Amino acid sequence: MPQFDPATFASQIFWLVVSFLALYWVIAKFAIPRVGEILEQRARLIQDDLDRAAALKADTDAAIATYEKAMANARGQARDTLLAAVNAMKKVADDKTAAVNTEITKQIADAEASIAKAKSEAMESIRTIATETAREAVSKLSGMALDATKIDGAVMAALKDAR
Amino acid sequence: MAGESHGPMEQFVIKPLINLQLGGANVSYTNSALFMTLAILGTFALFWVATRHRTMVPSRWQSIAELTYEFVGGMVKDNVGHEGMAYFPFIFTLFMFILFGNVLGLMPYSFTFTSHIIVNASLALFIFVAVTIIGFARHGLHYFSLFCPPGTPLPVAFVLVPIEIMSYFIRPVSLSLRLFANMLAGHVLLKVLAGFVISLGVVFGIVPFAAVFGVTLLEMMVAVIQAYVFALLSCIYLNDAINLH
Repeated sequence: MPQFDPATFASQIFWLVVSFLALYWVIAKFAIPRVGEILEQRARLIQDDLDRAAALKADTDAAIATYEKAMANARGQARDTLLAAVNAMKKVADDKTAAVNTEITKQIADAEASIAKAKSEAMESIRTIATETAREAVSKLSGMALDATKIDGAVMAALKDAR
Repeated sequence: MAGESHGPMEQFVIKPLINLQLGGANVSYTNSALFMTLAILGTFALFWVATRHRTMVPSRWQSIAELTYEFVGGMVKDNVGHEGMAYFPFIFTLFMFILFGNVLGLMPYSFTFTSHIIVNASLALFIFVAVTIIGFARHGLHYFSLFCPPGTPLPVAFVLVPIEIMSYFIRPVSLSLRLFANMLAGHVLLKVLAGFVISLGVVFGIVPFAAVFGVTLLEMMVAVIQAYVFALLSCIYLNDAINLH
Protein backbone atom coordinates (compact mmCIF):
# COMPACT_ATOMS: atom_id res chain seq x y z
CA MET A 1 0.00 0.00 0.00
CA PRO A 2 1.36 3.43 -0.95
CA GLN A 3 0.06 4.73 2.40
CA PHE A 4 2.79 2.90 4.31
CA ASP A 5 5.77 4.11 2.28
CA PRO A 6 7.77 6.17 4.81
CA ALA A 7 9.71 7.86 2.01
CA THR A 8 6.70 10.05 1.29
CA PHE A 9 5.94 11.00 4.92
CA ALA A 10 8.29 13.98 5.20
CA SER A 11 6.89 15.57 2.07
CA GLN A 12 3.27 14.95 3.09
CA ILE A 13 3.73 16.33 6.61
CA PHE A 14 5.66 19.34 5.29
CA TRP A 15 2.99 20.28 2.75
CA LEU A 16 0.22 19.49 5.25
CA VAL A 17 1.69 22.02 7.69
CA VAL A 18 2.21 24.62 4.96
CA SER A 19 -1.25 24.09 3.45
CA PHE A 20 -3.03 23.99 6.80
CA LEU A 21 -1.38 27.24 7.92
CA ALA A 22 -2.25 28.86 4.59
CA LEU A 23 -5.85 27.67 4.83
CA TYR A 24 -6.00 28.86 8.45
CA TRP A 25 -4.93 32.29 7.24
CA VAL A 26 -7.59 32.23 4.47
CA ILE A 27 -10.29 31.20 6.96
CA ALA A 28 -9.30 33.45 9.87
CA LYS A 29 -8.35 36.57 7.93
CA PHE A 30 -10.63 36.33 4.92
CA ALA A 31 -13.63 33.99 5.19
CA ILE A 32 -14.72 34.48 8.80
CA PRO A 33 -14.47 38.31 8.86
CA ARG A 34 -16.31 38.67 5.57
CA VAL A 35 -19.14 36.22 6.31
CA GLY A 36 -19.29 37.38 9.94
CA GLU A 37 -19.65 40.97 8.81
CA ILE A 38 -22.53 40.07 6.50
CA LEU A 39 -24.33 38.14 9.24
CA GLU A 40 -23.71 40.92 11.76
CA GLN A 41 -24.96 43.55 9.31
CA ARG A 42 -28.12 41.56 8.69
CA ALA A 43 -28.69 41.01 12.41
CA ARG A 44 -28.15 44.75 13.00
CA LEU A 45 -30.57 45.67 10.21
CA ILE A 46 -33.23 43.35 11.59
CA GLN A 47 -32.65 44.70 15.11
CA ASP A 48 -32.89 48.27 13.83
CA ASP A 49 -36.16 47.48 12.08
CA LEU A 50 -37.51 45.85 15.23
CA ASP A 51 -36.40 48.83 17.32
CA ARG A 52 -38.03 51.25 14.88
CA ALA A 53 -41.23 49.22 14.91
CA ALA A 54 -41.21 49.29 18.72
CA ALA A 55 -40.63 53.06 18.72
CA LEU A 56 -43.47 53.59 16.23
CA LYS A 57 -45.73 51.41 18.33
CA ALA A 58 -44.87 53.48 21.41
CA ASP A 59 -45.70 56.65 19.43
CA THR A 60 -49.00 55.15 18.35
CA ASP A 61 -49.81 54.13 21.91
CA ALA A 62 -48.99 57.64 23.14
CA ALA A 63 -51.19 59.19 20.43
CA ILE A 64 -54.03 56.82 21.36
CA ALA A 65 -53.61 57.71 25.04
CA THR A 66 -53.65 61.45 24.23
CA TYR A 67 -56.76 60.97 22.12
CA GLU A 68 -58.46 58.96 24.85
CA LYS A 69 -57.60 61.64 27.41
CA ALA A 70 -58.88 64.45 25.18
CA MET A 71 -62.01 62.43 24.53
CA ALA A 72 -62.58 61.88 28.24
CA ASN A 73 -61.99 65.58 28.96
CA ALA A 74 -64.44 66.60 26.24
CA ARG A 75 -67.01 64.16 27.55
CA GLY A 76 -66.59 65.55 31.08
CA GLN A 77 -66.90 69.11 29.86
CA ALA A 78 -69.95 68.31 27.80
CA ARG A 79 -71.58 66.64 30.79
CA ASP A 80 -70.79 69.64 33.02
CA THR A 81 -72.14 72.10 30.45
CA LEU A 82 -75.27 70.03 30.00
CA LEU A 83 -75.78 69.76 33.75
CA ALA A 84 -75.32 73.53 34.20
CA ALA A 85 -77.79 74.26 31.42
CA VAL A 86 -80.32 71.82 32.85
CA ASN A 87 -79.92 73.34 36.31
CA ALA A 88 -80.26 76.90 34.98
CA MET A 89 -83.39 75.99 33.04
CA LYS A 90 -84.84 74.19 36.00
CA LYS A 91 -84.21 77.23 38.16
CA VAL A 92 -85.92 79.51 35.63
CA ALA A 93 -88.84 77.09 35.40
CA ASP A 94 -89.10 76.85 39.19
CA ASP A 95 -88.99 80.64 39.53
CA LYS A 96 -91.68 81.07 36.91
CA THR A 97 -93.83 78.34 38.47
CA ALA A 98 -93.45 79.95 41.88
CA ALA A 99 -94.39 83.40 40.51
CA VAL A 100 -97.40 82.01 38.69
CA ASN A 101 -98.42 80.05 41.79
CA THR A 102 -98.21 83.17 43.92
CA GLU A 103 -100.27 85.11 41.41
CA ILE A 104 -102.86 82.37 41.18
CA THR A 105 -103.04 82.02 44.96
CA LYS A 106 -103.51 85.75 45.27
CA GLN A 107 -106.19 85.77 42.60
CA ILE A 108 -107.95 82.83 44.27
CA ALA A 109 -107.81 84.62 47.61
CA ASP A 110 -109.16 87.82 46.04
CA ALA A 111 -111.90 85.91 44.31
CA GLU A 112 -112.78 84.04 47.47
CA ALA A 113 -112.85 87.33 49.42
CA SER A 114 -115.12 88.97 46.90
CA ILE A 115 -117.36 85.90 46.83
CA ALA A 116 -117.58 85.93 50.63
CA LYS A 117 -118.30 89.65 50.58
CA ALA A 118 -120.98 89.22 47.95
CA LYS A 119 -122.45 86.32 49.90
CA SER A 120 -122.57 88.20 53.18
CA GLU A 121 -124.06 91.25 51.41
CA ALA A 122 -126.60 88.96 49.84
CA MET A 123 -127.40 87.39 53.21
CA GLU A 124 -127.68 90.78 54.76
CA SER A 125 -130.12 91.95 52.11
CA ILE A 126 -132.07 88.66 52.40
CA ARG A 127 -132.41 89.25 56.17
CA THR A 128 -133.47 92.82 55.70
CA ILE A 129 -135.97 91.81 53.01
CA ALA A 130 -137.16 88.86 55.10
CA THR A 131 -137.60 91.05 58.19
CA GLU A 132 -139.42 93.71 56.23
CA THR A 133 -141.56 91.11 54.54
CA ALA A 134 -142.31 89.36 57.84
CA ARG A 135 -143.27 92.60 59.54
CA GLU A 136 -145.42 93.67 56.63
CA ALA A 137 -147.00 90.25 56.47
CA VAL A 138 -147.71 90.19 60.19
CA SER A 139 -149.07 93.71 60.21
CA LYS A 140 -151.19 93.02 57.18
CA LEU A 141 -152.46 89.74 58.51
CA SER A 142 -152.91 90.59 62.16
CA GLY A 143 -152.56 94.30 62.32
CA MET A 144 -150.13 93.90 65.11
CA ALA A 145 -146.95 95.79 65.12
CA LEU A 146 -144.41 93.31 66.25
CA ASP A 147 -141.26 94.15 68.02
CA ALA A 148 -138.44 94.51 65.54
CA THR A 149 -136.03 92.44 67.61
CA LYS A 150 -138.51 89.53 67.81
CA ILE A 151 -138.92 89.45 64.06
CA ASP A 152 -135.22 89.71 63.60
CA GLY A 153 -134.67 86.74 65.90
CA ALA A 154 -137.26 84.64 64.07
CA VAL A 155 -135.77 85.51 60.69
CA MET A 156 -132.30 84.66 61.92
CA ALA A 157 -133.56 81.27 63.19
CA ALA A 158 -135.32 80.60 59.91
CA LEU A 159 -132.25 81.55 57.92
CA LYS A 160 -130.14 79.34 60.09
CA ASP A 161 -132.49 76.44 59.37
CA ALA A 162 -132.39 77.24 55.66
CA ARG A 163 -128.71 77.07 55.54
CA MET B 1 0.50 6.64 -16.59
CA ALA B 2 -1.27 4.34 -19.02
CA GLY B 3 0.35 0.97 -19.26
CA GLU B 4 1.35 1.03 -15.61
CA SER B 5 -0.42 -1.09 -13.05
CA HIS B 6 -4.11 -0.27 -12.70
CA GLY B 7 -4.81 -1.98 -9.41
CA PRO B 8 -7.17 -0.40 -6.94
CA MET B 9 -4.19 0.91 -4.94
CA GLU B 10 -2.59 2.76 -7.85
CA GLN B 11 -4.77 5.82 -7.17
CA PHE B 12 -3.08 6.35 -3.78
CA VAL B 13 0.49 6.51 -5.12
CA ILE B 14 2.31 9.71 -4.23
CA LYS B 15 3.90 11.18 -7.34
CA PRO B 16 6.43 14.00 -7.02
CA LEU B 17 5.67 16.89 -9.34
CA ILE B 18 8.51 19.20 -8.31
CA ASN B 19 11.51 17.71 -6.56
CA LEU B 20 12.49 19.66 -3.46
CA GLN B 21 14.98 19.00 -0.67
CA LEU B 22 14.93 20.74 2.70
CA GLY B 23 17.68 20.00 5.21
CA GLY B 24 18.28 16.57 3.76
CA ALA B 25 14.58 15.65 3.81
CA ASN B 26 12.62 15.05 0.64
CA VAL B 27 9.81 17.62 0.66
CA SER B 28 8.90 17.37 -3.01
CA TYR B 29 5.74 19.06 -4.18
CA THR B 30 3.57 16.02 -4.93
CA ASN B 31 0.10 15.27 -6.21
CA SER B 32 -0.96 15.21 -2.54
CA ALA B 33 0.42 18.73 -2.02
CA LEU B 34 -1.27 19.82 -5.27
CA PHE B 35 -4.68 18.80 -3.97
CA MET B 36 -4.00 20.49 -0.62
CA THR B 37 -3.28 23.62 -2.65
CA LEU B 38 -6.51 23.09 -4.59
CA ALA B 39 -8.38 22.75 -1.27
CA ILE B 40 -7.02 26.15 -0.18
CA LEU B 41 -7.83 27.73 -3.55
CA GLY B 42 -11.29 26.11 -3.52
CA THR B 43 -12.05 27.44 -0.05
CA PHE B 44 -10.76 30.88 -1.00
CA ALA B 45 -12.76 30.88 -4.24
CA LEU B 46 -15.93 29.77 -2.44
CA PHE B 47 -15.74 32.56 0.12
CA TRP B 48 -14.54 35.10 -2.41
CA VAL B 49 -17.42 34.41 -4.81
CA ALA B 50 -19.89 34.14 -1.95
CA THR B 51 -19.00 37.44 -0.29
CA ARG B 52 -18.37 39.45 -3.47
CA HIS B 53 -21.70 41.24 -3.56
CA ARG B 54 -22.69 41.11 0.12
CA THR B 55 -26.43 41.33 -0.26
CA MET B 56 -28.92 41.41 2.59
CA VAL B 57 -30.91 38.65 0.92
CA PRO B 58 -28.14 36.14 0.13
CA SER B 59 -27.48 34.73 -3.31
CA ARG B 60 -26.98 30.97 -3.69
CA TRP B 61 -23.21 31.09 -3.19
CA GLN B 62 -23.54 33.52 -0.32
CA SER B 63 -26.10 31.14 1.24
CA ILE B 64 -23.61 28.27 1.00
CA ALA B 65 -20.91 30.34 2.72
CA GLU B 66 -23.32 31.57 5.41
CA LEU B 67 -24.71 28.09 6.04
CA THR B 68 -21.20 26.60 6.33
CA TYR B 69 -20.15 29.41 8.68
CA GLU B 70 -23.23 29.02 10.86
CA PHE B 71 -23.04 25.21 10.75
CA VAL B 72 -19.44 25.10 12.02
CA GLY B 73 -20.01 28.07 14.34
CA GLY B 74 -23.08 26.38 15.80
CA MET B 75 -21.17 23.12 16.21
CA VAL B 76 -18.39 24.87 18.20
CA LYS B 77 -20.86 26.90 20.28
CA ASP B 78 -23.10 23.91 21.05
CA ASN B 79 -20.27 21.53 21.94
CA VAL B 80 -17.66 23.80 23.52
CA GLY B 81 -19.63 26.88 24.56
CA HIS B 82 -18.82 30.56 24.13
CA GLU B 83 -15.24 30.15 25.36
CA GLY B 84 -14.69 27.66 22.56
CA MET B 85 -15.35 30.36 19.94
CA ALA B 86 -11.65 31.27 20.26
CA TYR B 87 -10.97 27.97 18.46
CA PHE B 88 -13.69 28.55 15.84
CA PRO B 89 -11.16 29.53 13.10
CA PHE B 90 -9.17 26.35 13.77
CA ILE B 91 -12.22 24.06 13.69
CA PHE B 92 -13.51 25.88 10.59
CA THR B 93 -10.13 25.39 8.87
CA LEU B 94 -10.07 21.73 9.89
CA PHE B 95 -13.59 21.19 8.53
CA MET B 96 -12.95 22.97 5.21
CA PHE B 97 -9.57 21.24 4.74
CA ILE B 98 -10.97 17.74 5.22
CA LEU B 99 -14.20 18.53 3.35
CA PHE B 100 -12.35 19.78 0.28
CA GLY B 101 -9.83 16.92 0.54
CA ASN B 102 -12.64 14.36 0.58
CA VAL B 103 -14.85 15.94 -2.08
CA LEU B 104 -12.05 16.86 -4.52
CA GLY B 105 -10.83 13.26 -4.18
CA LEU B 106 -14.10 12.00 -5.67
CA MET B 107 -13.36 13.66 -9.01
CA PRO B 108 -12.02 11.16 -11.55
CA TYR B 109 -8.20 11.20 -11.90
CA SER B 110 -7.90 13.22 -8.70
CA PHE B 111 -5.98 12.42 -5.53
CA THR B 112 -7.42 12.17 -2.02
CA PHE B 113 -4.89 13.41 0.54
CA THR B 114 -7.19 12.36 3.42
CA SER B 115 -6.80 8.74 2.29
CA HIS B 116 -3.20 8.82 3.61
CA ILE B 117 -2.90 7.83 7.24
CA ILE B 118 0.11 10.09 7.80
CA VAL B 119 -1.92 13.21 6.97
CA ASN B 120 -4.84 12.21 9.20
CA ALA B 121 -2.54 11.03 11.98
CA SER B 122 -0.63 14.32 11.92
CA LEU B 123 -3.87 16.28 12.21
CA ALA B 124 -5.25 13.99 14.93
CA LEU B 125 -1.98 14.00 16.88
CA PHE B 126 -1.80 17.80 16.70
CA ILE B 127 -5.37 18.03 18.06
CA PHE B 128 -4.58 15.47 20.77
CA VAL B 129 -1.45 17.34 21.92
CA ALA B 130 -3.14 20.75 21.68
CA VAL B 131 -6.18 19.57 23.65
CA THR B 132 -3.95 18.05 26.34
CA ILE B 133 -1.90 21.27 26.63
CA ILE B 134 -5.08 23.40 26.78
CA GLY B 135 -6.51 21.07 29.44
CA PHE B 136 -3.45 21.25 31.71
CA ALA B 137 -3.04 25.00 31.10
CA ARG B 138 -6.63 25.70 32.16
CA HIS B 139 -7.08 23.18 34.98
CA GLY B 140 -3.55 22.24 36.07
CA LEU B 141 -3.27 18.84 37.69
CA HIS B 142 -7.04 18.91 38.18
CA TYR B 143 -7.24 17.92 34.50
CA PHE B 144 -6.44 14.36 35.64
CA SER B 145 -9.95 14.22 37.13
CA LEU B 146 -11.11 13.78 33.51
CA PHE B 147 -10.17 10.11 33.97
CA CYS B 148 -12.35 9.74 37.06
CA PRO B 149 -15.79 11.40 36.84
CA PRO B 150 -17.00 12.82 40.17
CA GLY B 151 -19.15 10.47 42.24
CA THR B 152 -17.47 7.29 41.02
CA PRO B 153 -17.38 4.62 43.76
CA LEU B 154 -13.83 3.54 44.64
CA PRO B 155 -14.13 -0.10 43.48
CA VAL B 156 -15.53 1.06 40.15
CA ALA B 157 -12.74 3.65 39.83
CA PHE B 158 -10.10 0.89 39.77
CA VAL B 159 -11.65 -0.41 36.58
CA LEU B 160 -12.91 2.89 35.19
CA VAL B 161 -9.71 4.94 35.42
CA PRO B 162 -7.57 2.57 33.28
CA ILE B 163 -10.37 2.40 30.71
CA GLU B 164 -10.71 6.19 30.66
CA ILE B 165 -6.94 6.62 30.30
CA MET B 166 -6.85 4.09 27.49
CA SER B 167 -9.78 5.72 25.70
CA TYR B 168 -8.07 9.11 26.06
CA PHE B 169 -4.88 7.89 24.42
CA ILE B 170 -6.75 5.98 21.73
CA ARG B 171 -8.41 9.22 20.58
CA PRO B 172 -5.82 10.25 17.95
CA VAL B 173 -5.71 6.69 16.65
CA SER B 174 -9.47 6.35 16.25
CA LEU B 175 -9.81 9.90 14.91
CA SER B 176 -7.24 9.37 12.15
CA LEU B 177 -8.13 5.74 11.38
CA ARG B 178 -11.83 6.51 10.96
CA LEU B 179 -11.21 9.07 8.22
CA PHE B 180 -8.44 7.00 6.64
CA ALA B 181 -10.51 3.80 6.52
CA ASN B 182 -13.59 5.55 5.16
CA MET B 183 -11.68 7.25 2.36
CA LEU B 184 -9.60 4.18 1.54
CA ALA B 185 -12.55 1.77 1.46
CA GLY B 186 -14.72 4.12 -0.60
CA HIS B 187 -12.09 4.76 -3.23
CA VAL B 188 -11.06 1.09 -3.48
CA LEU B 189 -14.70 0.08 -3.86
CA LEU B 190 -15.24 2.65 -6.61
CA LYS B 191 -12.11 1.53 -8.43
CA VAL B 192 -13.01 -2.17 -8.22
CA LEU B 193 -16.59 -1.57 -9.39
CA ALA B 194 -15.35 0.64 -12.21
CA GLY B 195 -12.99 -2.18 -13.25
CA PHE B 196 -15.99 -4.51 -13.61
CA VAL B 197 -17.61 -2.06 -16.02
CA ILE B 198 -14.67 -2.48 -18.40
CA SER B 199 -14.34 -6.26 -18.01
CA LEU B 200 -18.07 -6.98 -18.43
CA GLY B 201 -18.37 -4.91 -21.60
CA VAL B 202 -21.06 -2.55 -22.83
CA VAL B 203 -24.08 -4.81 -22.29
CA PHE B 204 -23.51 -6.33 -18.86
CA GLY B 205 -21.30 -3.46 -17.74
CA ILE B 206 -24.44 -1.42 -17.13
CA VAL B 207 -24.94 -3.25 -13.82
CA PRO B 208 -21.63 -2.29 -12.16
CA PHE B 209 -21.92 1.14 -13.83
CA ALA B 210 -25.20 1.73 -11.97
CA ALA B 211 -23.46 0.51 -8.82
CA VAL B 212 -20.61 2.99 -9.36
CA PHE B 213 -23.19 5.72 -9.80
CA GLY B 214 -24.89 4.80 -6.51
CA VAL B 215 -21.64 4.35 -4.60
CA THR B 216 -20.40 7.72 -5.88
CA LEU B 217 -23.47 9.38 -4.38
CA LEU B 218 -22.89 7.45 -1.17
CA GLU B 219 -19.23 8.51 -1.14
CA MET B 220 -20.27 12.16 -1.58
CA MET B 221 -22.32 11.76 1.58
CA VAL B 222 -19.48 9.97 3.38
CA ALA B 223 -17.05 12.72 2.34
CA VAL B 224 -19.20 15.40 3.99
CA ILE B 225 -20.11 13.27 7.02
CA GLN B 226 -16.48 12.31 7.74
CA ALA B 227 -15.38 15.96 7.59
CA TYR B 228 -18.22 16.73 10.01
CA VAL B 229 -17.33 13.82 12.31
CA PHE B 230 -13.66 14.83 12.44
CA ALA B 231 -14.53 18.44 13.30
CA LEU B 232 -17.24 17.40 15.75
CA LEU B 233 -14.97 14.99 17.65
CA SER B 234 -12.29 17.69 17.81
CA CYS B 235 -14.93 19.98 19.36
CA ILE B 236 -15.87 17.32 21.90
CA TYR B 237 -12.22 16.77 22.88
CA LEU B 238 -11.78 20.53 23.12
CA ASN B 239 -14.83 20.71 25.35
CA ASP B 240 -13.24 18.19 27.72
CA ALA B 241 -10.15 20.39 27.93
CA ILE B 242 -12.04 23.66 28.41
CA ASN B 243 -15.03 22.67 30.52
CA LEU B 244 -13.68 19.41 32.00
CA HIS B 245 -16.93 17.77 33.12
